[in-house]
Amino acid sequence: MAQDNDREMPDAAAGAEAEEATVEEPAAPIHEKQRLRLLPGSSDTAASFAFDREDHTLGNALRYMIMKNPDVEFCGYSIPHPSEPVMNIRIQTWDDVSVFEVLRKGLNDLAELCDVVEDKFTTARDEFNDKNPDRISKR
Amino acid sequence: MPSWAPLTDDQLAEQRRGLSEEQLQQRRIVNINSETVTDVSGTDIPGHYGPGQDDTWDLNRFAQNLKIDYHQNKPNDAAFSLIGVDASIANAFRRIMLAEIPTLAIEDVFIFDNTSIIQDEVLAHRLGLIPLTGGKAGLDQLGWFKKPPPKDDYAAQAMYDQDDLPASASTPNDHNTIVVSLLVDCRWATIDEDGRDGKQLAKDGETDPAVRYVNSNIYAHQLVFEPQGDQTKWFDGENAIKPVNPDILIAKLRPGQRINLRCHCIKGLGMDHAKFSPVATASYRLLPSIDITAPIVGIEAKKFQRCFPRGVIALEKDANSGETKAVVADPMKDTVSRECLRHDEFKGKVKLGRIRDHFIFSVESTGQFESDELFLESVRLLKKKAEKFKRHLTELEEGR
Repeated sequence: MAQDNDREMPDAAAGAEAEEATVEEPAAPIHEKQRLRLLPGSSDTAASFAFDREDHTLGNALRYMIMKNPDVEFCGYSIPHPSEPVMNIRIQTWDDVSVFEVLRKGLNDLAELCDVVEDKFTTARDEFNDKNPDRISKR
Repeated sequence: MPSWAPLTDDQLAEQRRGLSEEQLQQRRIVNINSETVTDVSGTDIPGHYGPGQDDTWDLNRFAQNLKIDYHQNKPNDAAFSLIGVDASIANAFRRIMLAEIPTLAIEDVFIFDNTSIIQDEVLAHRLGLIPLTGGKAGLDQLGWFKKPPPKDDYAAQAMYDQDDLPASASTPNDHNTIVVSLLVDCRWATIDEDGRDGKQLAKDGETDPAVRYVNSNIYAHQLVFEPQGDQTKWFDGENAIKPVNPDILIAKLRPGQRINLRCHCIKGLGMDHAKFSPVATASYRLLPSIDITAPIVGIEAKKFQRCFPRGVIALEKDANSGETKAVVADPMKDTVSRECLRHDEFKGKVKLGRIRDHFIFSVESTGQFESDELFLESVRLLKKKAEKFKRHLTELEEGR
């Protein structure tokens, strides 16, 4: 009986290691419905995307970030009907630049912009609180 | 290098030498004329000014140009300036503060007894609008509750599971619902219990209901928080769920009337119902710019000063001629009423405008969160949106 308990189980150990490696970060939910669709008639350099449950908040901001990319020939967003929570973005690029790369860069740039704003705001706010205990600027 | 490629630093400096500081500043201004507003849209798109100007997105240049000036940081009222962002980004922050920050409010009201003159639905509506506050950590970890629609409503059933919520979100439990109750009876004041005889005072001519009766006015502080399960850990003592303003009048009763109800509070978004909006309002305005192009002196200067709110224009004694001259002291106090454009004596001497990338935010919180935390939360939410769609984009590309 002692021998049975002492038998090594290499498969179980390997399986456990593999599981640890693929554990998702706690931030991302386990299943997320796909909210991004490619509209028909799109190609690799000219495409329209439909964002579900989004509106001018993300639409205008993302359009601005994508337009700051010199590879973009055209970028515009629209909300086809106010009763439906869909937002369309059309991106057309110069030469052979992939539309997906441009969209990913735009989303990336937007996330980095938010990081910078958050940092600077926190610094400015803490400095202000330190200098003005009564919380009103002296003018 | 193609003609539209980003310029190197040397080439940029070369280009900039052609433009004076004033000309660069002029590009930032929205012109306000007597009948029209011109140059409204931002022009920092690559290619707008030709190959000479490089407007490509550059995080470092953005970080250098971004300035945040704080004016006021009271817990429920913050005012600050965001300088160097585009209108679409500032607007995104404002919209998120109004509509997309999860907030706790009373949603379902179970009415056991309501013999008051206020109808059930009106009472429930009023209860929903009461702003609540509680421990920050507890509110952050509170989950979502989404009531499943009735089985025979096929359209709603089809739309029900659109939200990526876990299965536990369809039943109210101590991780997604806060229970608050209200039990009030109105009666005449008696000597034994209240030290005054309401009926006798009424006979003697007293008309004030606060004296004649007890509990004739129901205020928000009479709502009782009933912690369920784990909530005793998150919401105890200072962190208990309570109304921000305890003196909100909910209903009025007369003797014999009674209100007995239980409320379920859940997290929601402002875009579903205004009661879930954490800000009284969040708004921004652009910094006004007043440009006095030709000197305005003497009596005209006094008249000019009166065209603007107090503090905007100051009168200075001109060192050379000794006359009083109008100078711009504090443009932030200006309301841009364009009064000075109505008078002929100032024609051609003043140019009004607003600075396109200087946003003076004013965030007034209802009390559940602090105003500066609300702005930070809105910035983080915009980042979460961008990250979420990056994941969806990867999924989309994998599927092709």
